[in-house]
Amino acid sequence: MKHYLLSVVQPTGGQPPAPDALAEIMRNVEAFNDELRAAGAWVFAGGLHGPETATVLRPQDGDVLITDGPYAEGKEYLGGLCLIRAADLDEALEWGRKAALATTLPIEVRPFVDRH
Amino acid sequence: MGEAPDIEAVFRAEYGRAVSVLVRFLGDIGLAEEAVQDAFATAVRTWPETGIPPSPAGWIITTARNRAVDRLRRESSRDARHAEAARLYAPDAAPEESPVRDDRLRLIFTCCHPALALQSRVALTLRLLGGLNTSQIARAFLVPEPTLAQRLVRAKAKIRDAGIPYRVPRDADLPDRLGGVLAVVYLIFNEGYTGDPALCTEAVRLGRLLAELMPDEPEVTGLLALMLLIEARRPARQDADGVLVPLPEQDRALWDRSLIAEGQGLVRRCLRRDRPGPYQIQAAINAVHSDAPTAAATDWGQILRLYDQLTALAPTPVVALNRAVAVAEVAGPAKALDLVDSLDLPRYHVLHAIRADLLRRLDRPAEAAGEYARAAELAESAAERAYLDRCRRDLDHRTT
Repeated sequence: MKHYLLSVVQPTGGQPPAPDALAEIMRNVEAFNDELRAAGAWVFAGGLHGPETATVLRPQDGDVLITDGPYAEGKEYLGGLCLIRAADLDEALEWGRKAALATTLPIEVRPFVDRH
Repeated sequence: MGEAPDIEAVFRAEYGRAVSVLVRFLGDIGLAEEAVQDAFATAVRTWPETGIPPSPAGWIITTARNRAVDRLRRESSRDARHAEAARLYAPDAAPEESPVRDDRLRLIFTCCHPALALQSRVALTLRLLGGLNTSQIARAFLVPEPTLAQRLVRAKAKIRDAGIPYRVPRDADLPDRLGGVLAVVYLIFNEGYTGDPALCTEAVRLGRLLAELMPDEPEVTGLLALMLLIEARRPARQDADGVLVPLPEQDRALWDRSLIAEGQGLVRRCLRRDRPGPYQIQAAINAVHSDAPTAAATDWGQILRLYDQLTALAPTPVVALNRAVAVAEVAGPAKALDLVDSLDLPRYHVLHAIRADLLRRLDRPAEAAGEYARAAELAESAAERAYLDRCRRDLDHRTT
């Protein structure tokens, strides 16, 4: 079994969905998580607060500097993530497809480095 | 001893099969390629003395497997992954060919996986299944060899690290994924059509392989038929000066009759099956052309009906453009020009060439000349440019 990270790609400064639409997305995401659990593929999943809530710690001259804000401003940010177990990329992409439909957002699928 | 063994021919014929078997055995494309190359290097040394073995492919596969096992044992002390492979695959675990599905079919689906960039799919397919080397592929696609080599390295690393599977997709995914494989083969063919003819040869070879491995997929048969019927016209497609000769002006005696017979036979098989698809219909259109003893004898009514059918399945602007050519023959150039003018393909040189021809036939030479010039400007091949320039000059000749 391999592990894959499904990242939810959130556009920066996008309009949040209307309450009704948001409720439906939340229901679909919950159903997606349930399906992952039932299939034994679920490891961890969660949404993240926006990049304005981020704090960066940077090593400097043996010390660590604390700064406010995200590490890099971008057109997109990591809106949430889901860690899954899958036999191969095809299986992971199938979960990614479902995640894209549930969240209505692009999903990036990346493999974890295999541990020995 | 007799004649010198033609190792090059064996290499071209068996490289893909050997790599595909070794990938299944070793679970890694890079290791499989190394092992097969080792085996061919051994063949180059020993076959001149021993002669070609009765089963060259079997010899190469067995030798490659033994080499790979030796290598894995040697390197096992410094690489945990290889050590594991060496344990898993004891030397007596013979890499037999799969009874149901040829390993090459798995390899094609891996090479053409949608998670890889299109350019990488093309390069991998030519490298692993065609046995073309990096410099041949780089030359054919006019990219620097280091760029192409790096593209291959990255693609193979992604296959390994992301876990792109080595198998034929399950039935539910098969139509989609097979469409992707056929698109890669047809792209290789089209590159060769205007560029390096070796790519056409390679695409036809891949098409034959797919047709042999998936005899029940009508679109696979259709693509092979399409490529054979187009390839049959290659000897007539350029004149002695390297100028393009369009279909109506071609010397039909130069067409390759055996390729046409083979292509038409495949088209008939598709018709009997009656599960039409875009490749099959395009093959049928080309079969109608190759049936006509002269350009004037072409059954344009039949071609237009086939284009109508193709439009229903694949309503693209390029299909609409080609349909307009048939409309010109059946209903006249004015009708066709209306259709062409409704299309939005501004940078496609074929549109301008067709438009030029229609304007010429409608006796509007000044506009036609402008369109020939535009088409020549956008054309990719020297043969096409030479033809379009000549058309424009002929026009000047007539108007003066």
